[in-house]
Amino acid sequence: MKHTIVALVLDKPGVLNRITSMIRRRGFNISSLAVGASEAPSLSRMSFVVEGGEETVKQVTKQLQKIIDVVKVADISKENVVARELALIKVTTTPATRSEIVQLVDIFRAGIIDVGSESLIIEVTGDEEKINSLARLLEPFGVKELMRTGRLAMVRGSSTVKIDDDQLGAPAPRTASNGAPSSDSPPPGW
Amino acid sequence: MRMTGGQMLCESLLREGVSVVFGLPGGAILPLYQTLPQFPQLRHILVRHEQGAAFAADGYARATGRPGVCWATSGPGATNLVTGLACSMMDSVPVVAITGQVARSAIGTDAFQETDITGITVPITKHNYLVTRAADVPQVIREAFCLAGTGRPGPVLVDIPKDVLTEEADFNYPEVVHLPGYRPILEAPIEQVRKAAGLIAAAKRPLILAGHGVIISRAFQELRELAERAQTPVVSTLLGLSSFPEDHILYVGMPGMHGAAYASMAINEADLLIAIGMRFDDRVTGKLSAFAPNASVIHIEIDPAEVDKNIKAHVALVGDAKHVLRQLLPLIQPKTNPEWLRRVEELKQAHALGSPRPDRLQQRYVLERLSEITDGRAIIVTGVGQHQMWAAQYYQFKEPNLFMSSGGLGAMGYEVPAAMGAQLGRPDKVVWSIAGDGGFQMTMYELATMVENNIPVKFALMDNSYLGMVRQWQDLFYKKTYVATHYTRNPDFVKLAEAFGLWAVRVKEVDHVDDAIHQAMLHQGPALIDFWVDQEENVFPMIPPGQTVAELMEEPEERVHWKK
Ligand SMILES: Cc1ncc(C[n+]2csc(CCOP(=O)(O)OP(=O)(O)O)c2C)c(N)n1
Ligand SMILES: [Mg+2]
Repeated sequence: MKHTIVALVLDKPGVLNRITSMIRRRGFNISSLAVGASEAPSLSRMSFVVEGGEETVKQVTKQLQKIIDVVKVADISKENVVARELALIKVTTTPATRSEIVQLVDIFRAGIIDVGSESLIIEVTGDEEKINSLARLLEPFGVKELMRTGRLAMVRGSSTVKIDDDQLGAPAPRTASNGAPSSDSPPPGW
Repeated sequence: MRMTGGQMLCESLLREGVSVVFGLPGGAILPLYQTLPQFPQLRHILVRHEQGAAFAADGYARATGRPGVCWATSGPGATNLVTGLACSMMDSVPVVAITGQVARSAIGTDAFQETDITGITVPITKHNYLVTRAADVPQVIREAFCLAGTGRPGPVLVDIPKDVLTEEADFNYPEVVHLPGYRPILEAPIEQVRKAAGLIAAAKRPLILAGHGVIISRAFQELRELAERAQTPVVSTLLGLSSFPEDHILYVGMPGMHGAAYASMAINEADLLIAIGMRFDDRVTGKLSAFAPNASVIHIEIDPAEVDKNIKAHVALVGDAKHVLRQLLPLIQPKTNPEWLRRVEELKQAHALGSPRPDRLQQRYVLERLSEITDGRAIIVTGVGQHQMWAAQYYQFKEPNLFMSSGGLGAMGYEVPAAMGAQLGRPDKVVWSIAGDGGFQMTMYELATMVENNIPVKFALMDNSYLGMVRQWQDLFYKKTYVATHYTRNPDFVKLAEAFGLWAVRVKEVDHVDDAIHQAMLHQGPALIDFWVDQEENVFPMIPPGQTVAELMEEPEERVHWKK
């Protein structure tokens, strides 16, 4: 089962490394990852496609949340979402195949963004299935290069994955929350 | 006020209440060292190896409950800290480690002694920082202490390039820092707490499984109150030892791989397990699917990621152990479980730990005597191996927070520097290091540090000429094929200790044990007893890895008649 997780993370050097390091060392299976700017200047928005059962995905979410630079994590798999990927496909063309390819591009509402003498670059946006099928149909013509972004996903309607209102401004705990002594006093007896 | 990065660092440490730092200098961190004379309130303990600094900071932190601080130079100094940091991470110990780094312009060029220590330590620190401007030092240090010491504690590493240590900027110490991604949960939702109270009221065979979290949150009184009010017996994980008085009628023992058989059996028979501040490590659970087969589980745990990770909780109370227990206690009606307590007592009688043979010097005997002579009130720091398990089994802890050991990482060599750190943190206590001859030789150079600084740790060196625990596995699981576990020519540890400047004595006979222990404690400075112990004794009981109580091996027959 594939789950979509969205995270807001601090836009700081090393954040991506912290996240991928955790995913690698715990053996989680991530089939796509996308990262970029968000609506807030200090935050990046990421989305992950995680493969695994309910328990695994819960663990991924919690382990992500534990990373200090990760501010918010949400599993939006059960929500009504729009999900999109973008792909660029460089396909071989000959005078004989060109019109057939153009037809396909039209059917998929894709676009041609570069025309060379022996190849075209096609830009296509959509869900994974759509991109997979276009790629499959282009295969016989000779796909020279294919590149796709990870899945971007957003919950439909007005609900949003955002940080809580107080979250950026809330002070971190000042003293040990655990009541540990602040001086060299011995621990309390039982 | 204008200060250099190095001065800001020292000033910030003072603001955080730091009084001791363990470290060793080198090029990249030199500017920091050269500012130390301006900060006489910061006591610097010059170690012999940076691993010693990291372990000492860990021992200091466990003993005091406050972050321990260590520092090292770039490159090899920083990498030498790694084992200690991994240990603190696994055992949730608050440590702040500071490393020098090559100058900013040289980062990324494979400069002399450049190592990507922030990259290396991502998985073994709670968080880490590379400081790129002197002006950021105070805030980073403030954040580092906040992260290390709160929530589920852990090590935080701060890497500071050499030219940041010398750069000048205005010093402003932030009262408050903002860490939007960090919000430790202290209290559990009250409906969940009510559910837990309901389970406790209904349980016929409840059992508390106390872990390190009880000690970290200093929830000693709350734990005791819960146990007494609900008449619930208490078993303890390795790192939970000394969270509950062992001479208490409700104390059962440590379960798990080398735990007491009756403690594992009690888990097996319980109908409710109240797990507090622990993470169901495989050394506790054995085969997960067969663990506590008859029990519902209440899991009190500050780290949400530990809930349902290994064992599914029926009621999860995410929060700080002390806070959650305080929420729970008012909802607990006094109750009795006489039949269950009788049953637990029965298990205790039927499966008592064996007694040491009187005709040989066995580690168990030494530990029994140590426990008796120190009245169960010494701080016990162990290495890893057989001696560690026997210390856990045979020392009877009668005061809170007395047991320090590398539980999660299982790092040999912990016993020497961590004991040093613990003693510095608790100068009022007698600290005994229970050392293996293997582990001792990994870090024994810190004896010099102890003598130099008059840190009066007492060593019980359990000298069996073996990497004993590994030999035991070879004995039990590889038909006694001993490969690379026998030290055929150990050094003369008495002469060695004396060369370092310790008082030392060798003990080969049962009759000389008491005397040696008394003498070591009468001696003002650090002292060492080289116990030549039974070489091929095995630790029992044992539940082989990944197995269940049904496969528990008790003491073999020929040893049983030594039981009291
Ligand atoms: C740094 C490190 N290396 C290897 C091990 C594997 N190991 C676990 S116990 C043990 C034997 C320890 O020997 P010793 O310190 O003499 O203690 P004993 O078991 O003999 O009491 C070894 C090698 C370890 N835990 N830590
Ligand atoms: Mg040994």
